[in-house]
Amino acid sequence: MFGPLFYADGPITMIAFVIRRLIQALIVILAVGFISFSMFTYAGDPVSNMVGQDTTIEERKVISEKLGLNDPFYVQYARYLGRVARGEFGTSFRLGVSVLELFKERLPATLELSAIAALFALLCGVPLGVYTGLHREGWISRLVLTLSLVGISLPTFLIGILLIFVFAVNLGMLPAFGRGGVVNLGFWSTGLLTGSGLRSLILPAVTLGMFQMTLILRLVRSEMLEVLRTDYIKFARARGLSNRAVHFRHALKNTLVPVITITGMQIGGIIAFSIITETVFQWPGMGLLFIQAIQFVDIPVMSAYLMLVALFFVVINLIVDLLYYGVDPRLRFDRPVAMGNG
Amino acid sequence: MDGKSTQPLLVIRNLKVEFPTRKGILTAVDGVSLHIDSGEVLGVVGESGAGKSLTGVSTIGLLEPPGRIATGEIYLEGRRIDRLPYEQMRKIRGKEIGAIFQDPLTSLNPLFRIRDQLVETIRTHLDLSESEARNRALELLKEVGIPSAGERIHHYPHQFSGGMRQRVVIALALCASPRLIIADEPTTALDVSIQAQIIELLKRLCRNHGTAVMLITHDMGVIAETADRVAVMYAGRIAEVGAVDDVVLRPHHPYTRGLMGSIPAVGSNVDKLTQIEGAMPRLTEIPPGCSFNPRCPRAFERCRVERPELAPVDKSQVACWLFDGQTQERAGGP
Amino acid sequence: MGWTHACALTGRLPWGTGDRMPWTGQAADALRRAFHSDIFFSFRRSPTVVMAAVVSVVYIAASMLAPWVAPHQVFDVKTLNLMDALTPPSWHPDGQITYLLGTDDQGRDVLSTILFGSQISLLVGFASTLLAMVIGVGLGLVSGYVGGRVDAVIMRIADIQLSFPAILIALLIDGLARGVFPRKMHDEMALYVLIFSIALARWVQFARTVRSSTMVEKNKEYIKAARVIGRHPVAIMFQHVLPNVMGPVLVIATISLAVAILIEATLSFLGVGVPATQPSLGTLVRVGQNFLLSGEWWMTIFPGLALIVLILSINLLGDWLRDALNPKLR
Repeated sequence: MFGPLFYADGPITMIAFVIRRLIQALIVILAVGFISFSMFTYAGDPVSNMVGQDTTIEERKVISEKLGLNDPFYVQYARYLGRVARGEFGTSFRLGVSVLELFKERLPATLELSAIAALFALLCGVPLGVYTGLHREGWISRLVLTLSLVGISLPTFLIGILLIFVFAVNLGMLPAFGRGGVVNLGFWSTGLLTGSGLRSLILPAVTLGMFQMTLILRLVRSEMLEVLRTDYIKFARARGLSNRAVHFRHALKNTLVPVITITGMQIGGIIAFSIITETVFQWPGMGLLFIQAIQFVDIPVMSAYLMLVALFFVVINLIVDLLYYGVDPRLRFDRPVAMGNG
Repeated sequence: MDGKSTQPLLVIRNLKVEFPTRKGILTAVDGVSLHIDSGEVLGVVGESGAGKSLTGVSTIGLLEPPGRIATGEIYLEGRRIDRLPYEQMRKIRGKEIGAIFQDPLTSLNPLFRIRDQLVETIRTHLDLSESEARNRALELLKEVGIPSAGERIHHYPHQFSGGMRQRVVIALALCASPRLIIADEPTTALDVSIQAQIIELLKRLCRNHGTAVMLITHDMGVIAETADRVAVMYAGRIAEVGAVDDVVLRPHHPYTRGLMGSIPAVGSNVDKLTQIEGAMPRLTEIPPGCSFNPRCPRAFERCRVERPELAPVDKSQVACWLFDGQTQERAGGP
Repeated sequence: MGWTHACALTGRLPWGTGDRMPWTGQAADALRRAFHSDIFFSFRRSPTVVMAAVVSVVYIAASMLAPWVAPHQVFDVKTLNLMDALTPPSWHPDGQITYLLGTDDQGRDVLSTILFGSQISLLVGFASTLLAMVIGVGLGLVSGYVGGRVDAVIMRIADIQLSFPAILIALLIDGLARGVFPRKMHDEMALYVLIFSIALARWVQFARTVRSSTMVEKNKEYIKAARVIGRHPVAIMFQHVLPNVMGPVLVIATISLAVAILIEATLSFLGVGVPATQPSLGTLVRVGQNFLLSGEWWMTIFPGLALIVLILSINLLGDWLRDALNPKLR
């Protein structure tokens, strides 16, 4: 899916790299679009998918014409892609509203939750990972590692339920569902500006971020241990650099580089987990919408969600690749520049 | 020992480095004593596993657990340094004792520019401003012979070839003008054609800066070229130590003899190179008495029982029972 | 989740890009190191682990024999007593000893529903793992043995599929199926669709391992001999290559079982898994959640705990089996 790297030196390679990735991204989107299109057109009734089920026969005829349902398959496909590009995803069966509107309404909720969850995962995972990497033997490290094992073994929805049980039902500290109070800033509705909104974010964000956090923790730890054994760290110590410089300037930077890619690649996980988390907490986001669409067999929503997810995937992967490229200087040059005879 | 009133720069007395393992305690360095004078190059030569690197690493205080210094003392200019707490030892590292390791590619952090790595080291030890440190870094790079230093200082390690990288490593080690440099196999990972250049550079720099060097290697050729004195190590112990000419041209210890005999001299017409039978014993299987006795062509009863200590023989120091009382040797032994 | 075990085994991220990018190899190595760390090791070898594995065998056996072991026949409507609905667990002052862990809103004994639910979870888990194994091993054999374009195509598909998390794949297939089948058939087909979709999400691990083992075996003498004799490739693949590659397959199968159960539980919790008439542990948690806020916590917490025990114990069993089957570790 993502081809081998480039062959020449210099800025041309960067552009070539980007172009190559864009082409691959396009292929993925087209492939997913194909599945999406098939679903839209052949699963159920495409006219209903487009305009809803409560339409008159005349309206249906008009739409049928417009959709050109008797045209060859690839023509319909191309038209579908055109519609998607314009944002015409059709009308939801369940709610009778345009899918685009639904998405606009729900997207902020999911994005906010995912962002806070990712923040939680990073802000807890990285420091804990560094700590357990530097202090290998201490009891705190052992405790953290055992807990992380637990965190990895528990299914996400159970984590959510247990958190609700402890914090909402028994302790009554945090809400058990919903987003709390939201403030509308233009088209974006945010829960970050109200007390109840913030409190509502806590449990879902922890649930969503838990797996990522334990992953990052273990990753950072093992990378740290690996890096601390390298020759360049040994040489840094031999030069008399302070522990702070060795650990936090050198070791940390080298540790975080692979962590960036892995975190970026977790994007698939965040999408999957957000569906689960939103269901547990009845969080009015894209994930819950998708699940309800499946239960109801709301084809337009399903196929549109698919396209969106694919787009998201591809964009994030591209960003991660560029980020990695920017962070690791070794990737900017294909081979070391030889300078005479040494 | 050599008549000078100044004390040696580095004195290692009876150093023992051990590794506790599941199979028992392995002694990798077993009672090594040596000294290095100011500005001199001491070669430490021996096969892989003889304990040379560990001696160097212990001197600079970078021995990694579970390895530990069991007994022995290390003195730098009369001051004892082997049991110093980490922070105090750190101040000595880089400033008074520097180190160079084998593989220049892995010795440099790939994510940092050369300039940053140099400046960081300089400012750790010397109280200079950023720009002063940069100037000094540039000077150092020029000194080690990096062409277009002004440009290349901004490069990353992987943009240098092997030999160039080792020059950078040397520059880094010399940042704060240490009195002693521990060079652990500095040329082993380099092309043969470049090895000579690097050795030449090292020699020249150390002479100019008055830096002493503990040159650890298995390459006798490098030693013969570069060192003032040489210590031959075998299975964690020193077999022979003396001025380089003495040891190379007039080796005493059977092991040293074997080593010298195995080097072909240019122009000599030999059909076969002398080989020493067998192999150096593993740490778990060191024989009692003299550790070389199973392979020694001149071993006798005492060798298998008692361990010889270094004793003066001619102008060198040799750990061999053959020389216990020169008369015994002349009589040919039992 | 168990797929991290799997990626630790195969050295690949569950949604990585294979070895197309130089740093994903490095990243995969990093992940593998993270999971084969010292804690994991000591966990595996201690006697308590073995004991836990024994306990879990008992649990699994009990749930498979649910109809005979369960104290109440909860699916027989005639035995239900609505008056007993919402009874708290037996240690609660309002509890009754016959309903050890309480009852649900229909008067069903929670302990029995857990046993029956575990049975469903296990059955779906086994079936989907078996199917994944058949598909994966089959494709892996073909891919490894035939090589060339066929191999390239299969591996490409595998790579692409690995980029997507299993849940999404399963959801997608379920969604498609619902779109394709008329509404009446949903419940009947639900179980099969579920098994199929989980299998489709999991075959890649098997295929990958079998493929690499096959490629190793392919060049061995006895295979060449068989080819020279003129045996049909399919026969060679199944009779000769297959037995030799089954070892790692069994190990992956146990891990996969835990993952399959996890995915099934999640899907059922989301409402798109098993049909309501055959509730699994995930369904129980889902239904129970509705009562969590009104204080009847036992309806969701106990099935949840049971699920944790089930998954953990299968993982332990798998680890134990792997150690037992691997002479090199001794």
